[in-house]
Amino acid sequence: MAAAARFLSRSASIKSAISNVNGGVHSCLGITLVRLSPNGTCSSRTQRRHVSHFTFQPDPVPTQYGPTQKMNLFQSVTSALDNTLATDPTAVIFGEDVAFGGVFRCTVGLRDKYGKDRVFNTPLCEQGIVGFGIGVAVAGATAIAEIQFADYIYPAFDQIVNEAAKYRYRSGNLFDCGNLTIRAPWGCVGHGSLYHSQSPEAFFAHCPGIKIVVPRSPVQAKGLLLSCIADQNPCIFFEPKILYRAAVEQVPTEPYTIPLSQAEVLQEGSDVTLVAWGTQVHVMREVATMAQEKLGVSCELIDLQTILPWDTETVCKSVAKTGRLLISHEAPVTGGFAAEISSTVQEECFLNLEAPIARVCGYDTPFPHIFEPFYIPDKWKCFDAVKRMINY
Amino acid sequence: MAAIRGVRLFRIGCYATRQNPTSKTPRYLQLREFRVNGVHRQQPFDSSAEKPQFPGASAEFVDQLEFIKPNVISGIPVYRVMDRQGQIINPSEDPQLTKEQVLNFYQKMTLLNTMDRILYESQRQGRISFYMTNYGEEGTHIGSAAALDPNDLVFGQYREAGVLMYRGFPLDLFMAQCYANVDDLGKGRQMPVHYGSKDLNFVTISSPLATQIPQAAGAAYALKRENNNRAVICFFGEGAASEGDAHAGFNFSATLECPLIFFCRNNGYAISTPTNEQYRGDGIAARGPGYGMMSIRVDGNDVFAVYNATKEARRRAVAENQPFLIEAMTYRIGHHSTSDDSSAYRSVDEVNYWDKQDHPISRLRHYMNARNWWGEEEERTWRKQSRKLVMEAFEKAERRLKPKVDLLFSDVYQEMTPNLEKQKDAMWRHIQQYKEHYPIDLYDK
Repeated sequence: MAAAARFLSRSASIKSAISNVNGGVHSCLGITLVRLSPNGTCSSRTQRRHVSHFTFQPDPVPTQYGPTQKMNLFQSVTSALDNTLATDPTAVIFGEDVAFGGVFRCTVGLRDKYGKDRVFNTPLCEQGIVGFGIGVAVAGATAIAEIQFADYIYPAFDQIVNEAAKYRYRSGNLFDCGNLTIRAPWGCVGHGSLYHSQSPEAFFAHCPGIKIVVPRSPVQAKGLLLSCIADQNPCIFFEPKILYRAAVEQVPTEPYTIPLSQAEVLQEGSDVTLVAWGTQVHVMREVATMAQEKLGVSCELIDLQTILPWDTETVCKSVAKTGRLLISHEAPVTGGFAAEISSTVQEECFLNLEAPIARVCGYDTPFPHIFEPFYIPDKWKCFDAVKRMINY
Repeated sequence: MAAIRGVRLFRIGCYATRQNPTSKTPRYLQLREFRVNGVHRQQPFDSSAEKPQFPGASAEFVDQLEFIKPNVISGIPVYRVMDRQGQIINPSEDPQLTKEQVLNFYQKMTLLNTMDRILYESQRQGRISFYMTNYGEEGTHIGSAAALDPNDLVFGQYREAGVLMYRGFPLDLFMAQCYANVDDLGKGRQMPVHYGSKDLNFVTISSPLATQIPQAAGAAYALKRENNNRAVICFFGEGAASEGDAHAGFNFSATLECPLIFFCRNNGYAISTPTNEQYRGDGIAARGPGYGMMSIRVDGNDVFAVYNATKEARRRAVAENQPFLIEAMTYRIGHHSTSDDSSAYRSVDEVNYWDKQDHPISRLRHYMNARNWWGEEEERTWRKQSRKLVMEAFEKAERRLKPKVDLLFSDVYQEMTPNLEKQKDAMWRHIQQYKEHYPIDLYDK
């Protein structure tokens, strides 16, 4: 009994520590730093970080879906999950540490509201989480599985590629796991190093049978996640974790969907087409502004949103108009999804292309810790690519 | 893994720091204070009544160094109801099945055996591309299937055709799948013996081993929430139990309290690998308690022992929402598959022993003979009849066309994507131009 009580108070302290993230410095890192400088201030040179590589710009407030509320990205994910649990009695959410609210707070409050049989922790085993989710979906219920970081999705690669993706096809549509959605935090975060930064979408893009979706903002995240959950195919939903708190905008509180496999033209332009997804869309938005201001170049900005099956039509239509294409993603360049877009556009728009298609991506290295500012395809690298493309 | 989790939580901390570089209250102080208080609170404990307080296990302290020894010499005993002559050993364990039930067991086991012989031969003649027989394991399939409710969901590996046979899967559909003809429910997409039936609650087989194990846990969890008095059974071989997915499935089903029966067919071999290269513990059954799972080992050549164990496991799994593990000891009498010659790694004598001395079919026949439920005459008639049934289905399946080629593209997604639509059109344009190079006449239009 005493053991149980102590365990509970321990987790309570973690909970309160995490729930007060905006209130103060209390991390392991914080402790170390304060020990070094006893007056308790954190303003040492080692602590100064490189300025954020992007600036989040909220979209216009959506009015067609009823009342809205200010949400950041993790809150909009919670809102989507909340809507789902409220309307679908079979829906369950599970993964590592989701019960107390998740290490990124995406499931906060859901267990209290919907019960511990619907929002629960699993053992620490990714292949088990996805296999379990497939089984839930095969039995006809809605399964929303969380992989704690996209970097840790590989143990479940077999269950995703050989099982989830092929379930419907191999059984002649007798069985399917279309009710399965896998959510995972994704992309660089400033200091995540090798295993808290990865963008593994291209590994999955080679796999017929699944859908892969990456949102750029809280509004997109909720609408696209609800589409993934409703979609009758297994979906992987990658959430740019650097936006969990950084991106804040007005999000409808009621459920709404944003169609999958449709790219969105965020800004019309006539000289160059810029294609990206996730956080990189915000980088590209700045690049478009810089190109306009510094070079007088008019950029058309496209958020791909769905990696697989992707919207070839919107991209090709844009390139047919502009004649130039720049694709940018955080993942390494070789075998990255930009290669697929590039070769398809080259095939479809050969006569319209006025310059080689440019890919500005991560280098072909593991994602480094201290070198992150040099690794990522930031706005200056993208801007330079636009400049070279225009002068080609 | 603990270290990695540390990294994960650490990361959140870093994140908070980055977001609020100017924050002033060092909350770490509170954390530290908490720890100090924790130490203080521990002191009033009476050391004579000291019990371990670790959250990870409930156990006593011990003051002598002693490692726990695995017990592999005298392992978990093998539960048996009848001996090799079909005599009931302990009458209180006799399931008291009716004559009709027992005859049904026998006929399903022998029909499966007949189908195996004919399809094995047909593969040898190149008429189907691949086959896997069930020789020696017929009893595990029929005994377990009979103990289930027809609504119970079955996840299998590939050597459980008898479960489908027991549930009444038509011979025509077994053949249709192996021939991948137009009648195949799977639309001719998978290799032979990858059966599936929605109507009979038998989830379509796939080749990757053990992937079905955590899936079965998930399905059992969903059925538990439906509260419809249904269970899930999940079959796998002792080789598949070495996969990481087996570990995942066992652990998940125990911690998430799933009404699930794990049924391991321990037939001594995974292709050529004998069990002493597969594991060093006391088989698979001994792992169950490690996961907090009720476990039993049965004689897989004793259809009644399999039946009894499955029946009780099923009853308790549904009533108590907990998983059960049954390890059925058998022997794989046939080759692993038609692509394998098992004489390359085991002796003919060994195989003969199990085929002639200890076979689930002959054992049940002894039982029936002793009750005058079956004689030479019935055996001859049934052999002839079952052979005729199989041959008819076989010849019919062979004459059927293959499914239409368009089915290559459907069901990848629920809907046909524009990309696939394009690829399908491109394929047809190509075939129209080069039709003489493709076997188009064999396929349904």
